Amino acid sequence: MADGDWDGPTVALRARARAKRFRLVSLEKDYDMPKRVLLGLLLACGLAAPALAQEPKTGGVINAVIQPEPPGLMLAQVQNGPTQMVSGNIFEGLLRYSPKLDPLPELAESWSVSEDAKTYIFKLKKGVTWHDGKPFTAADVLFSIEMLKQTHARARTNLAQVDKVETPDDHTVVFTLKQPFGPFLGIFEVGSMPMVPKHLYAGTDWKTNPYNNAPIGTGPFMFKEWQKGSFIRLVKNPNYHEKGKPHLDEIYWQIIPDAAARSVAYETGKVDVLPGGSVENFDVPRLSKLKDTCVTGAGWEFFSPLAWLWLNNRQGPLADKRVRQAIMYAVDRDFAKDVIWNGLGKVATGPSASTIKFYTDDVKKYPYDPAKAKALLKEAGYKGEKIRLLPLAYGETWQRWGEAVKQNLQDVGMTIETIATDVAGGNQKIAEWDYDIAFTYLYQYGDPALGVGRNYISSNIAKGQMFNNVEGYSNPDIDKLFAEGAVATPDSKRKEIYEKAQKILVEDVPVAWMLELQFPTIMRCKVKNLITTGIGVNDGFKDAWLDK
Amino acid sequence: MLSFVAQRVLKGVIVLLAIVVLNFFLIRLAPGDPAIVMAGEAGASDQVFVKQLREKFGLDKPLPEQLFIYVKGVVSLDLGFSFRQQAPVAKLIGERLPATLLLTLTAFAISLTLGILFGTFAARFAGTFLDTAITVFALIFYAMPIFWVALMGILLFSVTMDWLPSFGYETVGANLTGLAHAFDVAKHLIMPAMTLGLFFMATYTRMTRASMLEVKRLDFVKTARAKGLSDAVIQRRHVLRNALLPVVTLAGVHSGTLIGGAVITETVFAWPGIGRLMYDALLQRDYNLLLGVFVICSAMVLTFNLITDLVYRLVDPRIEYAA
Repeated sequence: MADGDWDGPTVALRARARAKRFRLVSLEKDYDMPKRVLLGLLLACGLAAPALAQEPKTGGVINAVIQPEPPGLMLAQVQNGPTQMVSGNIFEGLLRYSPKLDPLPELAESWSVSEDAKTYIFKLKKGVTWHDGKPFTAADVLFSIEMLKQTHARARTNLAQVDKVETPDDHTVVFTLKQPFGPFLGIFEVGSMPMVPKHLYAGTDWKTNPYNNAPIGTGPFMFKEWQKGSFIRLVKNPNYHEKGKPHLDEIYWQIIPDAAARSVAYETGKVDVLPGGSVENFDVPRLSKLKDTCVTGAGWEFFSPLAWLWLNNRQGPLADKRVRQAIMYAVDRDFAKDVIWNGLGKVATGPSASTIKFYTDDVKKYPYDPAKAKALLKEAGYKGEKIRLLPLAYGETWQRWGEAVKQNLQDVGMTIETIATDVAGGNQKIAEWDYDIAFTYLYQYGDPALGVGRNYISSNIAKGQMFNNVEGYSNPDIDKLFAEGAVATPDSKRKEIYEKAQKILVEDVPVAWMLELQFPTIMRCKVKNLITTGIGVNDGFKDAWLDK
Repeated sequence: MLSFVAQRVLKGVIVLLAIVVLNFFLIRLAPGDPAIVMAGEAGASDQVFVKQLREKFGLDKPLPEQLFIYVKGVVSLDLGFSFRQQAPVAKLIGERLPATLLLTLTAFAISLTLGILFGTFAARFAGTFLDTAITVFALIFYAMPIFWVALMGILLFSVTMDWLPSFGYETVGANLTGLAHAFDVAKHLIMPAMTLGLFFMATYTRMTRASMLEVKRLDFVKTARAKGLSDAVIQRRHVLRNALLPVVTLAGVHSGTLIGGAVITETVFAWPGIGRLMYDALLQRDYNLLLGVFVICSAMVLTFNLITDLVYRLVDPRIEYAA
């Protein structure tokens, strides 16, 4: 696309754009420099190419499981997994991300980045309407940003680098950053920055707005009905802005609280899709062998859930790096992967999952080596002091994993006491630093600046808060590297910085990294194209169709 | 009788308020901060967000003030707002209450009817094979955990035989109306109601049997027999009626336990009732919702107990209302 084809911005903006020497070149021409200019439409076509091998069929109903029942569907105000899984069909973001985490168009049809990497211009798709028929415009984007800053903690953090947002016309949004922010193009998926209809929310009490219970979005499916405790029904948006989509007529999200009952519902044909994490892992091999059943671990690349053991660096034996390293050697992570997780996932090599940007495996390795663990414990002077282990109260799989780790650690001579608690109680103990070892898993959101650094930088040590640096690890070198990594340009520089950070962290073992988790999605083979992006089932079913 | 009912209702209100105050403190004794739970679900860790949530929940206020606000609300029939679910607590409970009432009342009817029936037969044929068979049958369901009976039921009647649906309140997407809808709900109700009902049936069976055997030995039964009444009439009019008093007492006590059992049954069968709502609220430390469910459940138990007292009078006219 040449500069002349770029329609829409005001003259002033054009002048400023020229002053900043925008380069708007085609993706084909500049494929090796995706950070410079991205015209996602072409990428989207490329991604969809294999799917085109079979012509999608229109019509049909999908029954999928949702667990637990979402507390609400207003994605801008309620941010949890089940809400996004359902509302990812109702709402949309400006972008989506491919399994390789390249941006793809959604409500923005194209975007460009200035030479100094401080100005991002998004061209919005024309002809997009909200489910109530009103047009979607740049004013909605501006309003959404203002709302999200108050209601969406992650969006607020992500937008902290934004100096100002301007809307020179109805279909152009210009973000000006205070300084370059490497992962900026990675913050626009529907869960991270859902678009909210200004005409329905502006000037209202957002908390009690009636549209919270009957959400209006621009997405491929419209909210129809929610029988609390039973099901949520979405129906096709006939005016969806992508011609020919969605292919399905309806989606029923069935609420089945018990894991065994969810398995039975699939076995008896009552549901067609079990999204990742719906059933206990030990049920996955059995269900996978059922007739006409397909399983995929794809669709988690953006979130890249990484499981680890928080190690309280502040006190007792775990304050000694050698004891923490001994834990890495003592835990049989291959066993956990093969037996507890049925071979799904990957043994973690460090703080970054292999699916996110700037990952390196050129770090110190910790194979299962109980003898080495014992030697390190001896060297550190560990004398059998009691260590408290908090398993994660997320069901049987996590309970079993807790037992396996306890056994591993006892085998090398550590005295482990398991603390039984529910999720809320466990979180409080961790937030108050009242633990020694605790299981967790966290999303990484595609970029170390978004989902990795938060757990290791010392400014994130705050008692009473969860999911930050609760282990109390403090290293000025790491603080500096993560601060530099977020704003460095170009990507090669960021790569260098983050690789260095990974090496230091893996040597220091502030936490014990376990597995890159994979939550398999189980579905009938007749369900096609369910997962087409790195956001997977959390990104809506607009590409999905039924091969009846 | 009216003054008796009024007196009991007044006492009930006082008990209810005491329950509210007690539960208000009890649930705060459990570790776990609702703001941290919500922040965790949002994948957020920043202090501003957690502080905002605490302010929204009113958790930043001193505990006595929080209690005062809550009790004031309950007295004016306002059960508060669930911040996690972003809806008034009364609305959330109202959506689920009918399903729980349908389940528990059906289970209650099943357990009481079958329990009294089997107990009567066991007493009538005490010491015979039938007596042993009934006792063993009842105890099997009493001894097995509810979730296990539920899962075995699903395996047998849904997976293997495909007779009954394994989960839910109705066939989703069928859009049935009228009688067809009622039949559909009934079909979904069979397994959960039987699972819950059979568990409680055992105690009624045992209680009816023991009580009837005891009454049978009393002099007035001999008198009835001496005046030439048939065995069936003696059993029904004299023995059973007198033997029912302890069963009625037990039924009143069970009304609370039944709701507890409904939590498990509703979970396994995905029955959209308040049992599951309560369980989720507890896990998420949704204080207002949890307290709201407690208030409603307590009110239900108190109502059941009032009904029990009234039924006493029906069963045994000698009992006076001047309690």
